[in-house]
Amino acid sequence: MGRYVIRRLLQMVPVFIGSTFLIFFMVYALGDPVAALFGDKAPDPATAARIRQELYLDEPLWKQYGHYMGQILSGNFGTAFNGQPVTELMADAFPVTLRLTLVAILFEIVFGITLGVLSGLRRGRSADTTVLLLTLIVVSVPTFVSGYVLQYLFGVKWGIVSPSVSPEAPFDELMLPGIVLALTSLAYVTRLSRTSIAENSRADYVRTAVAKGLPRRRVVTRHLLRNSLIPVVTFIGTDIGALMGGAIVTERIFNIHGVGFQLYQGILRQNSPTVVGFVTILVIVFLLANLLVDLLYAVLDPRIRYA
Amino acid sequence: MPEPDPSDADGRVTPAGGDPDAAVTPAGGGASSLATSDAETLEGGPVPGGTASGKARSLWSDAWHDLRRNPVFVISALIIVFLVLIALWPGLIAGGNPLTCDLAKAQEGSRPGHPFGYDTQGCDVYTRTVHGARASITVGICATAGAALLGSVLGGLAGFFGGWWDALLSRIADVFFGIPIILGGLVFLSVVTGGSLWPVVGFIVLLGWPQISRIARGSVVTARQHDYVQAARALGAGNTRLLLRHIAPNAVAPVIVVATIALGTYIALEATLSFLGVGLKPPTVSWGIDISNASTQIRNAPHMLLWPAGALSITVLAFIMLGDAVRDALDPKLR
Amino acid sequence: MRGATRARWAVCALSAVLAAATAGCGGGGSGGSGVVRASWGDPQNQLEPANTNEVQGGKVLAMIFRGLKRYDPRSGAAENMLADKIETSDQQNFTVTLKDGWTFSNGEKVTSKSFVDAWNYAALVDNKQKNASFFEYVDGYDKVHPSGGRATAKTLSGLAVKDDKTFTVRLRTKFSTWPDTLGYAAYAPLPRAFFDDHVNWLKKPVGNGPYTIDSYAKGSAMKLTRWDGYPGDDKARNTGVELRVYTDNNTAYTDLQAGNLDLVDDIPSAQLKNVKADLGDRYINQPAGIIQTLVFPMYDPNWSKNGMEKVRRGLSMAINREQITDQIYQKTRTPATDWTSPALGDQGGYKAGLCGDACTFDSAAAKKLIQDGGGLPGGRITLTSNVDTGSHRVWMDAVCNSINTALGNDKACIVNPVGTFADFRNQITEQRLSNPFRSGWQMDYPLIQNFLQPLYYTNASSNYGKFSDPQFDKLVDEANADGSQSAANAKFHDAERILAREMPAIPLWYQNGSAGYSERVSDVTLNPFSVPVYEQIKVG
Repeated sequence: MGRYVIRRLLQMVPVFIGSTFLIFFMVYALGDPVAALFGDKAPDPATAARIRQELYLDEPLWKQYGHYMGQILSGNFGTAFNGQPVTELMADAFPVTLRLTLVAILFEIVFGITLGVLSGLRRGRSADTTVLLLTLIVVSVPTFVSGYVLQYLFGVKWGIVSPSVSPEAPFDELMLPGIVLALTSLAYVTRLSRTSIAENSRADYVRTAVAKGLPRRRVVTRHLLRNSLIPVVTFIGTDIGALMGGAIVTERIFNIHGVGFQLYQGILRQNSPTVVGFVTILVIVFLLANLLVDLLYAVLDPRIRYA
Repeated sequence: MPEPDPSDADGRVTPAGGDPDAAVTPAGGGASSLATSDAETLEGGPVPGGTASGKARSLWSDAWHDLRRNPVFVISALIIVFLVLIALWPGLIAGGNPLTCDLAKAQEGSRPGHPFGYDTQGCDVYTRTVHGARASITVGICATAGAALLGSVLGGLAGFFGGWWDALLSRIADVFFGIPIILGGLVFLSVVTGGSLWPVVGFIVLLGWPQISRIARGSVVTARQHDYVQAARALGAGNTRLLLRHIAPNAVAPVIVVATIALGTYIALEATLSFLGVGLKPPTVSWGIDISNASTQIRNAPHMLLWPAGALSITVLAFIMLGDAVRDALDPKLR
Repeated sequence: MRGATRARWAVCALSAVLAAATAGCGGGGSGGSGVVRASWGDPQNQLEPANTNEVQGGKVLAMIFRGLKRYDPRSGAAENMLADKIETSDQQNFTVTLKDGWTFSNGEKVTSKSFVDAWNYAALVDNKQKNASFFEYVDGYDKVHPSGGRATAKTLSGLAVKDDKTFTVRLRTKFSTWPDTLGYAAYAPLPRAFFDDHVNWLKKPVGNGPYTIDSYAKGSAMKLTRWDGYPGDDKARNTGVELRVYTDNNTAYTDLQAGNLDLVDDIPSAQLKNVKADLGDRYINQPAGIIQTLVFPMYDPNWSKNGMEKVRRGLSMAINREQITDQIYQKTRTPATDWTSPALGDQGGYKAGLCGDACTFDSAAAKKLIQDGGGLPGGRITLTSNVDTGSHRVWMDAVCNSINTALGNDKACIVNPVGTFADFRNQITEQRLSNPFRSGWQMDYPLIQNFLQPLYYTNASSNYGKFSDPQFDKLVDEANADGSQSAANAKFHDAERILAREMPAIPLWYQNGSAGYSERVSDVTLNPFSVPVYEQIKVG
């Protein structure tokens, strides 16, 4: 177990190098960011040349990358165009997004699994159909629509919550954005746990447990659920990263200054230090989340072992 | 075809040991309330007779046999056939031209001859919804098929072989996970101009496979440990046979579930890409373009959103139902 | 501070668990009674006066700086602010005299050196100021800002300090209306702190305007307080302004409706239909110095060869501007009838209708003109614009539909959205586009010269289509040398008539400034640059 974890952690090194290069290359491929800094006016060639020189943009790609990696190893993630160090941006953005993700994941776990178990145990009945219809609505209405609608209803029409999130982003203001963010994933979690439950409810060990005379509740929670959670846990693992990096739309709608917002700005302004820095951290989050999921497999299903 | 081994005949073998719960297997199904309630809810009622006739049939032909009798399958298949027909010949039910628009009628509601009303540009929403099926369904089906195929093959191999295979494939997937959709879209799709369908499909596959691969890997890792797999291996089954005949049918359910929902999200993702200016471009008509155009007008003209989003819902519904039916038919435990 | 924040999370998290979430934790009504809470966008560059070329940074500069001149918030006319007088006898050598009594908010006196140092800093290529080219008219600019290589001088030879209150400026050529350009933020004076302690100055800029910066959290908010010692007569009528960064103007609008915000200066186009119902008379819609055009790539012989002017004019006539501004923009754009802006006013040189028939919708005439001119190059055109900002997608679709309807061919015009502004800019500057593209122009100072010379003069800085017409150039030169403004304006109008004939760019519409405000505030106005006049806003 310990060796497995160490091996997985070591694998992060090549992934780190690979992904930073890939992202660096992609931002590079977007083209020259300097012209856009001048707005609708034509860039003054002499000034533009100086800015390019300062940002190492006049060097070949491999040199730029080498320089950037050198900076990173000395703890310097570069600066955004407005002069703010990227590390500062990250220190502001990641805690906010982490809280948002936490709300979303909790919502997914609590509601997704409950609804999934409910409809999985009552397959074909009206409860199951209702849940299916809810899933459909959630899947077919894009986040930007549900976000605006819920924001308008809760924030303006009924005035229950503040329609935007303040820079401090406390948990209560993140409830609504978190739910909006979680909606699509909720559909996945619900369907996955429903299928898994339905499948495993016919498994032999469940019949045995029932035959042994265990109470239904115990059968469901201890035997059925635990064995059905693997696909769900896998999904949530993949979702953590997606939620953190992919909250661009939700963060925009609710004016949350988190990772998605910074990434979006960085990409539109083609600021490679911002983009590469944030994505690198995100990739590390994926790696850790996936490692955690793999370890959870062994907890959920004792037959799975890691050498 | 080699003779099916006994484990296939009834879908399980008596475990050699290990799991105490599974060790005591009641032969005829327990008379518990839980088990019976499930038996009752089986769609498509008839007991599969394949093995009873004594003639061994493959799992896949069994599945097909079941499917044809399953009303859920029949209904969803009919919807899908209908959608495909519309996608191929939209003129069948909508004679108008989706590109003929009259700005004077912008956002007007429903009226005779134009049941769904008009959008912001004064285009007929009904005509555009019907004509949008082609691009959206093509993107949805092809991207899902591509991502599911690539993801389950790579994820399945990673989960089955473990070790270096797993490390390599999973870490590649991690790197792909890290690419923000917007960045990827801007880089890959702005290079390929013209707004054609296939780059969009390719791009969605590229972004979509890691998730399905993770799910497939997780499923295979679980299925690999099962006793019937160990037994089959002990009986000398090769890797290919193990994967295809024993593990795949038992691991496919989560992949189907994720893929069917992903179909819907991929169509919606196309909307996001169009919104960013890198997805499909006019004169292509798609639900995604219309949904993203409608999204800001929700207070003024909700009908603009309702119809394309409704069409998307029906498509997703059909595929979710189809996926459910196929999954049930493939599940050996149901026999 | 940190501990307090954490404690508040805990309390809020608890309250969220106990009951449904309530407003009051964090967001909502901070700021104090007399403070205006206004929407803002993250400035793209550092907040140096000569480095700020977009409206969001410009808002701050308008609050913390005052220059030699100031554009009247209502008429746009350039009026003396710090300047007592600016005199010239030959339209080329100017003597600037400062008023008494002006200081920076840190107590330092504003002297002629404050201006000359600031301008030398802005012009020097080593300082990489994005507005450096504003000083190109000053003598010696080519030494401090050569188009290649290192600077051979540190200061502009055309600037000379006479005494604390006087300095002289020598221009490269005659430029009669040059003093009227001096209201632009790039010409602001700078305190010594800017040069001596640059890093800290950037964290919290210090100027000489009616407000001082209280705190600046980059990317999220800025708090400004009224400067009580401000010597000017445009003192702030509120106690302060809190600028909040919004990434989506829809959210800002929603916050305004919910009472969390007092002022939104960019009404989202999707809400234009509702804004009257939502805000009643707390909604402003007035001309601003912005025009949107479609520029033809005149560097491409397909578009510039003889006879194509008919096609260009025909395309202009195929666009139903009236209908598009009504239906899509709810009259927050006005159909353009020339290449400038009504925000200039008569004095600035605006004259309606100079484009004539060529800007009037007439589908039959359009079709005929395009056929006469030999048809569209390759049988179809594409319109290119970025779509990451503004609501450019909608009007591009509408313009294309209008052209297609006029020509009776639903594939004659196709939109080509570009994902990022940067990519769009690069495609333009590298001349990669072979079809018309969008060009928006926001004036720097309210003079007709600013709408014509930079855009259509041969090889001018923002002449992206590379239009060139010797007669046009000659008229502009003559206008600049003319001592009387009305005579100069007449020359510029003649120059515009050449544009009407050649149609190097289709004028689409004049963009209005639009804003909405809460019941808490009153006296909200926008200046001709569509920036709110913050100091005039009253609270309560």
